[in-house]
Amino acid sequence: MTATAPTSTRKKGRLRRPELATQWQLMWWKFKKHHMALIGMSVLAMLVFLATFAEFISPEIPFARNNKYLAGGPMGVHFFDAEGDFHIRPFVYARTTERNPVTLRKFAVIEYEKRWPIEFFVRGGEYKFWGLVKTDLHLFGAKGGFLHLFGTDSLGRDVFSRTLHATRVSLSVGLVGVTIAFILGAIIGGIAGYFGGMIDNIIMRVIEFIRSIPTLPLWLALSAALPRDWTSLQVYLAITLILALIGWTHLARTVRSKLLALREEDFTLAARLSGCSDARIILRHLLPAFLSYMIVDVTIAFPEILLAETSLSFLGLGLREPVESWGVLLYAAQNVRSIAHTPWLLIPGLFVVLAVLAFNFVGDGMRDAADPYAK
Amino acid sequence: MFRLLIHRLIYMVLTLAAVSVVAFVLIQLPPGDFADAYANKRQQAGAPVTAEELTEIRRQFGIDRPLLVQYGSWVSKIVFEGDMGYSWEWRRPVADVIGERLPFTLLLAFSTLIFMYVLALPIGIYSAVRQYSLTDHAFATIGYFGLATPNFLLALILMYLGQRWFGQSVGGLFSAEFQDAPWSWARVVNLLEHLWVPVVVLGTAGTAYLIRTMRAAMLDELGKMYVMAARAGGLSPMRLLFKYPVRMALNPIVATLGWRLTYVISGAPIVGVVMSLPDTGPLFLHALLNQDMLLAGAMVLIYCAFTIVGTFVSDFLLMLLDPRIRMEGQT
Repeated sequence: MTATAPTSTRKKGRLRRPELATQWQLMWWKFKKHHMALIGMSVLAMLVFLATFAEFISPEIPFARNNKYLAGGPMGVHFFDAEGDFHIRPFVYARTTERNPVTLRKFAVIEYEKRWPIEFFVRGGEYKFWGLVKTDLHLFGAKGGFLHLFGTDSLGRDVFSRTLHATRVSLSVGLVGVTIAFILGAIIGGIAGYFGGMIDNIIMRVIEFIRSIPTLPLWLALSAALPRDWTSLQVYLAITLILALIGWTHLARTVRSKLLALREEDFTLAARLSGCSDARIILRHLLPAFLSYMIVDVTIAFPEILLAETSLSFLGLGLREPVESWGVLLYAAQNVRSIAHTPWLLIPGLFVVLAVLAFNFVGDGMRDAADPYAK
Repeated sequence: MFRLLIHRLIYMVLTLAAVSVVAFVLIQLPPGDFADAYANKRQQAGAPVTAEELTEIRRQFGIDRPLLVQYGSWVSKIVFEGDMGYSWEWRRPVADVIGERLPFTLLLAFSTLIFMYVLALPIGIYSAVRQYSLTDHAFATIGYFGLATPNFLLALILMYLGQRWFGQSVGGLFSAEFQDAPWSWARVVNLLEHLWVPVVVLGTAGTAYLIRTMRAAMLDELGKMYVMAARAGGLSPMRLLFKYPVRMALNPIVATLGWRLTYVISGAPIVGVVMSLPDTGPLFLHALLNQDMLLAGAMVLIYCAFTIVGTFVSDFLLMLLDPRIRMEGQT
């Protein structure tokens, strides 16, 4: 990292003073130039928002079965009715159930004469918000009937509400997994970079080894080896831990190489000469210099973990019901027959793509911003 | 160069040994052993096993010996006799079960690799030469989606579209009439007609990644002085392009060949399961779900062995391609 300060730039008539800006300010300016990264950031913020208030935003209770609408398709929200009249309040058409005279199977029929208006802050199924406050208030719902924006599965459970709840679990698995990977990577990479020599060599060989074997079969095998009688919480923790084992190698390498490089920098020598302790040098001088690179690696590791969790759960080897994640929801769409009949069960998959895309864009932006002094 | 090759070879053998330990640990991981599982099965069938029979089974399969001895015999049997143990799910030797499905996995993996490189290299070169053109942006967009879509989701979507628009099932590797038919020219054609779908599914993310790498490497090379010098010297653009920058840019591509192979092998089981291919994927998943760990462990070992050998080959290719690595004696 060289000390040449970028020259002042004039933008939107306001003079910026890069020579006075802090490191993080410079990074933010550079990050902001990356439009896709900003879009990705807002998509992620939206997902986090949805996940946080999942119970309140979802119009139905995720486990509630709607016997009147089994395996029903997404209900379209309309402003214009069948006669072409405009309604200021959006509505869905009412559904009635009929029975197939031959198979005796129930199926839903759209009634174009009857409308169920969508209203805000309606009373619906009872739930405990964050497991603390008992309430039955929902952000929106259809008055007089039910509302399934993404349709229902074969048991009549609302796919939209389940997807929102799954967003919470999937993101939390990613977050916990990345945190563990971050700690593992920092410690192991730190040890390799700090001690160097033999220990460094061994750790680097181990990392090379892990990177050279196909991970997915290995994680599959590991999670298959979990005892079958574990509770869903235990499985959740174990799976998160297994997934964390994916992400740490990148982080460890980054930490190590940065430590090795920064150790030789002039400012480290200067700090040492002025009598700083090792701890102070590491925390005050080295850490800020490579923290940004670690954040970049975390944004790259996150989608990897997300995809791995989805794949594991999709195969029935990861999380299991009653825990709901995107992969668990996709488990229901495992064969062609169910997709052909109920293609809307693939909608949670779009959330996976959206989240991974957003993370990739944010990661790209951060990689550019990580070294704000580079041209 | 010879010394380096030997060095790499030793490293490969060591890695293989480490992988075999991992696979063996996996086999031992689930609670209970083969005898317990067998007893359980018999119990369910209404014919419980006596304690003597259990000890006899344990002795027969050598489960009563110390772990280290078991590991030794497991490895030596694989290496010297090609015997990977017995799958109690299939009631057949593991090697036989895997053997009849492995060719399809290999076919799939190598077709995917070829697909990836054939597609990615020209696109990468083109995107670099015509940087920021409409085509460049289009490929970048496709690439982003390709990287973000999980393999199985892509497979599901393709299968849904196939069902919807062509009214045919795109799963499997053969049409119904060729399923159990003996090998013939028509069957090979039929196989190739089906093969492209899993190849596309498996190769999309890798292709996207390769295009990016190739484009970045090309851009690096194109900005260098020697390109300008050659151009100033009057070399025709096409000739210049393929004689120098492309050759240089190929290095990072070849160097990561092993990783690409790892990636393909890693994704293959899921695609195999979703598209119900007759390859090792469904076999592997089935073994895992039933905790048939001898089979599963053998599969892990085989998957890993492929990638390790693949990495070795890619190192070797890189040495042939880049004299600097050949001379230095280290990567």
